[in-house]
Amino acid sequence: MILSIASGKGGTGKTTVATNLAFSLGSGTQLIDCDVEEPNAHLFMDPDIHTTKPVAVPVPRIKEELCDYCKLCSEICRFNAIAVFGNTVLTFPELCHGCGGCMAVCPRDAIVETQREMGRLEEGTAGNIGFSRGILNVGEAMAPPVIKAVKSLDRNHSITIIDAPPGTSCPVITAIKGTDFVLMVTEPTPFGLHDLKLAVGAVKLLNIPYGLVINRSDIGTTAVHEYAKKEGLPVLMEIPFDRGIAEAYSKGELIAKAMPGWKEKFRQLYGRIEVVLGQRSKEK
Amino acid sequence: MKELVIISGKGGTGKTSLTAAFAAFSENGVICDGDVDAADLHLLTAPVVKQQIDFNGGGIAVINPEKCIECGQCIELCRFEAISESFKVDGIACEGCGVCVDLCPEKAIDFPVKTCGQWFVSDTRFGPMVHARLGIAEENSGRLVALVRKEAKSLAEEIKADLLITDGPPGVGCPVIAAISGADALLIVTEPTVSGVHDLDRVMALAAHFKIPSMVCVNKFDLNPDQARIIEDIAKKRGSSVVGRIPFDPLFTKSMVCGQTVVEFDPDSYLTGLLKEIWNGVISSPELNRKKGVELTRMV
Repeated sequence: MILSIASGKGGTGKTTVATNLAFSLGSGTQLIDCDVEEPNAHLFMDPDIHTTKPVAVPVPRIKEELCDYCKLCSEICRFNAIAVFGNTVLTFPELCHGCGGCMAVCPRDAIVETQREMGRLEEGTAGNIGFSRGILNVGEAMAPPVIKAVKSLDRNHSITIIDAPPGTSCPVITAIKGTDFVLMVTEPTPFGLHDLKLAVGAVKLLNIPYGLVINRSDIGTTAVHEYAKKEGLPVLMEIPFDRGIAEAYSKGELIAKAMPGWKEKFRQLYGRIEVVLGQRSKEK
Repeated sequence: MKELVIISGKGGTGKTSLTAAFAAFSENGVICDGDVDAADLHLLTAPVVKQQIDFNGGGIAVINPEKCIECGQCIELCRFEAISESFKVDGIACEGCGVCVDLCPEKAIDFPVKTCGQWFVSDTRFGPMVHARLGIAEENSGRLVALVRKEAKSLAEEIKADLLITDGPPGVGCPVIAAISGADALLIVTEPTVSGVHDLDRVMALAAHFKIPSMVCVNKFDLNPDQARIIEDIAKKRGSSVVGRIPFDPLFTKSMVCGQTVVEFDPDSYLTGLLKEIWNGVISSPELNRKKGVELTRMV
C-alpha cells in the first residue's frame, strides 16, 4: 500500500499528517519525504541516516576533437541547453533535461554524457519505521529527478507513506503518480478551498482514489465541508485548531507521541482509508 | 521602478496575506502574482480581467497510428518512459524533449504545442495586477512565472509606476528561481517552527546564491520564542535583518473569509498598525533603495 499526502496550498499540514501517521502505524511502515525543495519530515522523525547517495542527471560533454559544428545537437535540443557559435559549442547544464537527444543525433559520436549532481538521497530508520528523503541542492531548478530517485529506492515495507510537495504542477504529479491513495490535507479557508479544488483536479487526472483531512477544522468557514460533500470527497479526519498542537509542531514534536489520544486517531484514519479503498475495489 | 518579491520557502506562512496588505498600502504600484501553480492573491484583490492571453508551453509527442510501423525506436529513445508498448504517449510523463519526434524514421510523431495556462492583465482597487493560471499537472511553471513578471515589469514601466509587488511561490526550485531573479529585494515571510526555520535557511541560501538582498518577517512570532530567536540569528548570520514580528492573529483568516485585506477589514486594529509599520520599514529599507531611482519613502 502506497499512500501519498498532498495539498494544493502549502502549510496546511501535509508533513504533520504524514509523520504522525507513519509513527502511529509503526513497524512495517516507511516514510518517504518527496518535498525535495523544502523537506521537513526528518525534523519530526529524527531518523538515523545510514546511507547517503548523490542524485545526478546526465548532461552532455562535447569531444571538441570529433565535433564538426554541424549544429544538429542544438537543433534537437528544446531546452536551449546546447548552442553552436562558429567553431564553439556551449552547453548549459542547468537547462538540460537529460533527454539524450543531442547524443542520439550527433553523426560523429562527439557527445558523451557525464553526471551532474543536483541533490542527494538519505536512507535510514526512525525507530521501527523506514525513512528516506530527497534533497534538492539549493540553486537547482528541477525537483522531479530527485523525487523520481527517492521514489525508486527499495521499498520493502508493507505501508509506504509519501510526503508530497505543495502545488499542482510537475513536482506534485511526480510524487503522487503510481500511488494507491492520495490523502489531501486542507484548511477551511478561502485559500485552502481554492487550492484544494486544483489538487482534486490533479488527482482526478491521475485517476487515483482520494480522501480528505481537514486541518484547523474549526477556523474559517464551512465551505470546504460543503465542497467535500458535493464532490463526494470523503472527509477522513478533522484536526481542530489547538494552540497545543501548534506549539508541539513548532518544536518538532509528533502529536501522536506528545498528546494523548492522537495515535489512536491516526490509526483510525488509516482504517478509514482501507475502507474507502475496499469500497472502490468492490465497485469495480 | 523597484521590485519587491515576497517569498517564504515553507508554504502557508502568510506570504499572500502580507502581499495583499502591502498592495493596500502602496500608491502608484503594480501587483504581480508570481505563484502560478496555486495562485491565491486574486481571492483578496478581486481583479477585473481586462486582457487574457494563452500561455503556450512546449510540444507534447502524439503518435499517428496510421504512419507508425511499431519499430520501437521511440520507446528505446525515450528517457522518460512516456511511450507504452502499444505506442501511446503518456501526456503527463512526456517531458516535451521531442527526441522521438525528430528521430522517428517514419516521421509518424506529431508535436503539437500545448496551451498550458493563461495569463491576465487586470484592474484591482489597489492598481493594475498581472497574474496567471497554470493548467493542472502542467510543466513550465518557471517559464510562466518569468513571463508574468516580465509583463508586470513592462506594464509598471509603461505607466511609470514606482513599485512592483510580487507574491512568490513556496519552495526553492524552478518557480522560485524564476520569481526572484533580478528583483531589487526580497521579503521572506517565515514562522517560528522547526520547519519554518529549516526552510528559511535554505531560501536565504538561494537568495545569497543569486545575490539578492533580503529582509525577514516572522509571522506568529509568539508561537515559539526559542525558534523565533534562531530566526533572528539566521537572519543576522546572512547579513539580513528581521523587519517584522507579527503575533498570531485570527484577523488574517477573518479578513480572508470576507475577501479583504486586513488593512481594509479592520483599519483601526493593532494588526493593521503593525503591518503599516512593517510596510514603512520595508519601503524605506536600504535593501530596496540601494539602487538610485524612484524615491519610495513618500509611500510611508
